[in-house]
Amino acid sequence: MSEYVLELKGITKRFPGVTALNRVHFKLRKGEIHALMGENGAGKSTFIKVITGVHAPDEGEIFLDGKPIAFSNPTEAQAAGIAAIYQHVTNYPDLSVTENIFMGHEKVHPKTKRLLWKDMYREAKAILKQLGSSIDPKREMGTLSVAQQQIIEIAKAISTNARIIIMDEPTAALTARESEDLYRIAESLRDQGTSIIFISHRFEDMYRLASRVTVFRDANYIGSWDVDEITNDQLIVAMVGREITQVFPHKKHPIGEEVLRVENLGKIGYFADISFSLRRGEILGLTGLVGAGRTEVCEALFGITKYDTGSVHLKGQRLAVRRPKDAMKLGIGYLPEDRQKQGLILQWGIGRNITLPALERFSNKGWLTEKNEAQLARQLAEKVHVKAKSIFDLAGSLSGGNQQKVAVAKLLTAGLDVIILDEPTKGVDIGAKSAIYEIIQDLAMQGYGIIMVSSEMPEVIGMSDRIAVMREGRITRMLQKEEFSQEAILEAAMSEAPGKTKAG
Amino acid sequence: MEPKTIQPYTQRTLEADRPFSAKQFFLQWEWLLAFILIGVIALNTSLSPYFLNISSLRDATMVFLDKAFIVFPMALIMIMRDIDISVGSTVALSSVVMAVAYNSLGVPMGAAVVICLIVGALCGLMNGLLIVKFKELSAVIITLATMILYRGIAYIILEDQASGSFPEWFGFFGWGYVYGIPFILILFILAALLFGLLLHKTTFGRHIYAIGHNDVASRFSGVNVDRTKVIVFTLAGLMAAVTAIFLASRMGSTRPNIANMYELDVIAMAALGGISTAGGKGRLIGTVIAVFIVGYLQYGLGLINIPSQTLLIVVGALLLFAVIVPKLNIPRFKK
Amino acid sequence: MAVHTANAPAAESAAKKESKLAGLAKFRELGLLAFILLLAIGVQIRNPSFLTIENVMDMATNTAILSILAVGMMLVLVTRGIDLSIGATLALSGMLVAQIVSASAGFSPLLAVITGIGIGTVCGLVIGGLVAWLGVLPIIATLAMMNIYRGFTYMASDGKWISSYQMPESFVGIATSSVLGINTLILIALFIYIAAYYFIGHTRTGRQIYAVGSNPESAKVTGINEKKILILVYTLMGGLSGLCGVLWVSKFASAQGDTASGYELSVIAACILGGVSIAGGSGKLSGVILGAVLIGILNNALPMMDVSPFWQKGIEGTIILGAVLLNAAVKRGVERNHLLRRRI
Repeated sequence: MSEYVLELKGITKRFPGVTALNRVHFKLRKGEIHALMGENGAGKSTFIKVITGVHAPDEGEIFLDGKPIAFSNPTEAQAAGIAAIYQHVTNYPDLSVTENIFMGHEKVHPKTKRLLWKDMYREAKAILKQLGSSIDPKREMGTLSVAQQQIIEIAKAISTNARIIIMDEPTAALTARESEDLYRIAESLRDQGTSIIFISHRFEDMYRLASRVTVFRDANYIGSWDVDEITNDQLIVAMVGREITQVFPHKKHPIGEEVLRVENLGKIGYFADISFSLRRGEILGLTGLVGAGRTEVCEALFGITKYDTGSVHLKGQRLAVRRPKDAMKLGIGYLPEDRQKQGLILQWGIGRNITLPALERFSNKGWLTEKNEAQLARQLAEKVHVKAKSIFDLAGSLSGGNQQKVAVAKLLTAGLDVIILDEPTKGVDIGAKSAIYEIIQDLAMQGYGIIMVSSEMPEVIGMSDRIAVMREGRITRMLQKEEFSQEAILEAAMSEAPGKTKAG
Repeated sequence: MEPKTIQPYTQRTLEADRPFSAKQFFLQWEWLLAFILIGVIALNTSLSPYFLNISSLRDATMVFLDKAFIVFPMALIMIMRDIDISVGSTVALSSVVMAVAYNSLGVPMGAAVVICLIVGALCGLMNGLLIVKFKELSAVIITLATMILYRGIAYIILEDQASGSFPEWFGFFGWGYVYGIPFILILFILAALLFGLLLHKTTFGRHIYAIGHNDVASRFSGVNVDRTKVIVFTLAGLMAAVTAIFLASRMGSTRPNIANMYELDVIAMAALGGISTAGGKGRLIGTVIAVFIVGYLQYGLGLINIPSQTLLIVVGALLLFAVIVPKLNIPRFKK
Repeated sequence: MAVHTANAPAAESAAKKESKLAGLAKFRELGLLAFILLLAIGVQIRNPSFLTIENVMDMATNTAILSILAVGMMLVLVTRGIDLSIGATLALSGMLVAQIVSASAGFSPLLAVITGIGIGTVCGLVIGGLVAWLGVLPIIATLAMMNIYRGFTYMASDGKWISSYQMPESFVGIATSSVLGINTLILIALFIYIAAYYFIGHTRTGRQIYAVGSNPESAKVTGINEKKILILVYTLMGGLSGLCGVLWVSKFASAQGDTASGYELSVIAACILGGVSIAGGSGKLSGVILGAVLIGILNNALPMMDVSPFWQKGIEGTIILGAVLLNAAVKRGVERNHLLRRRI
């Protein structure tokens, strides 16, 4: 019997145009919580999919209990005792908790194949009790909170008798107390001999739980360490590949007069009492946990959704924004979080994407003038250094970083004063990241007021002039430059008790 | 202030002229359609020696062009990844209102024609508003409901009677010629040009394509998705009313069950014309060719005395052909 | 800024309120039932011959066919699909079976029913294949096949009706005979309900239909064969339509080219009234049956209240539109309540 329950050697996975994993290794002991860390795009997600049989590796070997194994689909991996809990909860909102737990491995009568509901309810209840939860197993999944749904996902993993559970960013949307519940559950599973691969951005997750940590960077294996033998700084260097400060060549951008003022903005169920101001040339970082309401505030400012209370003032004038077009006309632009779904039309060329927000500028009384359009699109694409052959290259064929540059170029077509960037470097490789940082700095230098929503702490700290931290729909803290620290942000983002509120 | 880049990446220039590719040019769906059209005409000619003479070709168009007016807005709707199955009912309702206005309410025929157009546009407007206000419901289900509703209202108004005896001049729509060209053909060409320009040469048309590919990204890009949808659905209602006028004129009367299942013919023509049901793709020129393919095919089958109901099968099969062929990878015709 | 305390009891009570909301679905069926009763009483006051045993049985037999089809349509709608071809499938199966039995008098009724189901199953399988394998949108596939099947029906009939005197008595007896005083049609419908209840609630495949409709992406990850499920629901729908074709022809003792033309709309209306979500994933058997009963009563009651038959379509359209919009409004209300309950 091998020392390791799961061992992966020299795993390589290529997709058209990219190598997602390049000869990576991984070793997992029985009853161990093993953190897997790395930046976005480091290859963690692909790695999980290889383990769970969603993707077959192009090269390399997988050993389960020392025996070589190859999964051709997720069902085989599940049968072998491997379960994954994904970052985006994948469940059936219309079905009951019990059905969600047992979907795919229902209990059926051995002869008639009739579903044994009573048995399933009983077992669901027992597993939930074991997890310290009192959720009614007959409840509809869609009525549960995100944290509760996470627990159901874990219950599902337990119900398959999984020996290896992979948790992909399970705490991303949880508050401190909810995270603590999850830690407790993970520990008790570990004590019962289950091995857990824990993927997280958060250092405190790793220190709190894991005994060992493996780092990937840019599809490569960097190393594995015992948690107590590696320092925080070493870990950051391992993940990022250089000191954090190097990534943000800070340019001086003079800060001018106030351009945007938000007063007591509120939307039922999403956010409340949002007040802040923004000045020309200033980069305001907006951070907090996923689900804290950051995107919702930005979408309300941009007119995607309506707010219920409060007011927004741009250049001293109170705004009445009913739809994005109004916001853009008045001078607010928004770079949405999901560039593939919200930012770009992937089936279109670069040029058409860039001109879409301001078509009327390239047209005469509604008639398109394609020659003008192509020229201006080209200028803007070159301005943000899009790497492509022609402006007719499809947006869908570009890398993440280049797609993001095209999305930024779209903002430059309108005469804006305020630019809201929602997770501008999400899913972008390191090289393109610093290019995007430079573009953001340039925009600030040109006098735009910039709101940058980000979950990545080094990025927020490195880029912002001030940082607003949100938790559960409220701004809990407004940090000035000299107060910036990971600890301060974390405390404001996660603490259960309301933090100090300061409106800037 | 011009942005200064401290460390410029390999400064590139992007090409801004669309490269011309002969291969792509000839692998267009429209060429396939043109061949099919030639095939249909050849077939008809072999069936009836009289087919291939100008007056026969010309008169055939008068029979099938009436529903073709709806194909254009339907193409726009399908490009936006929506569908409207209420158009046949809109034709019935608007023509019934027109006939009743003239025959029972004593409205002059000219005004009745205008009323017909207004009723059609209102039907489309209602579809559009409901679709926009209730985004969680699909256009399928909303236009399914209004399809029943509009025809139901037509039945309430006219029960199962026919209403006709229009003034003589009204027959001009269906049977008139201008310099030897059927009036309906002239109007059809005019409508094709107008819709072609609208779709391909204006910002409005660009927005329609954007919505069809990705309505969320369009909204984030400042496209007024709701307004665009309402306008296009209203246009569909309006063109249905145009069809109603030509149909009532040609038949000399109307009744609540006219234009039954027109939506199928119209959707089939649009799909055959290369309008993808997945949204975002297709050009108007294709639908024009498709109108003639379906029209002449039906006409030709009529020549050899195939009963009209059998034509249902042909149209259904054409619709399936149009949606399935592009999914097969063999001859990669670009839609 | 309001200081809020997050303690366990508060969360508990919030959770309880939500479960009450989940019970809203039950309220819907009660509401529907109450509406049906009120309607019945109202009609009864206008026309005392409404609630006679004879008329009630008549309504029940009329509703039987509608409700059998509604059960199949529910499953199609649950997978986010729609089937507009069922009227045509019904007509085709009815016409072919009627021709067979009128040509060979010895054809047993049971064999006729099986033949009808077989024809419908093939029709449904074709649609399922188009939707699942070729990825044709359900609305397009069923619209096209509706025309093709209807065309086949006309071709088969050659424009002629097949009327009662051409059919053997045993065949007409399928729908008119009774067992223990209960009409066979009603018994067949009851059998279908029970079979569907077991299939939907107590078999893996049945639940997988709901899983595919609720979240197709997860269904794939879970290893559910989505294509198989889609083919299954359209084939079942076709089989039920084929069965109803035989029942229809037997009941009305005539088969014609335009049999059941537009009937799919009444079936869809019954499903929507019964609370089947157009967005997929949810729909209850009890709701759908009640929805069918309501439509059946309306169809019967309007003529009894001297409402012109030409009003029927208009009323039906209004009901469908009203039900769809009301559903959406209720759902929005529920979601808003959820939001109001969230602590910020």
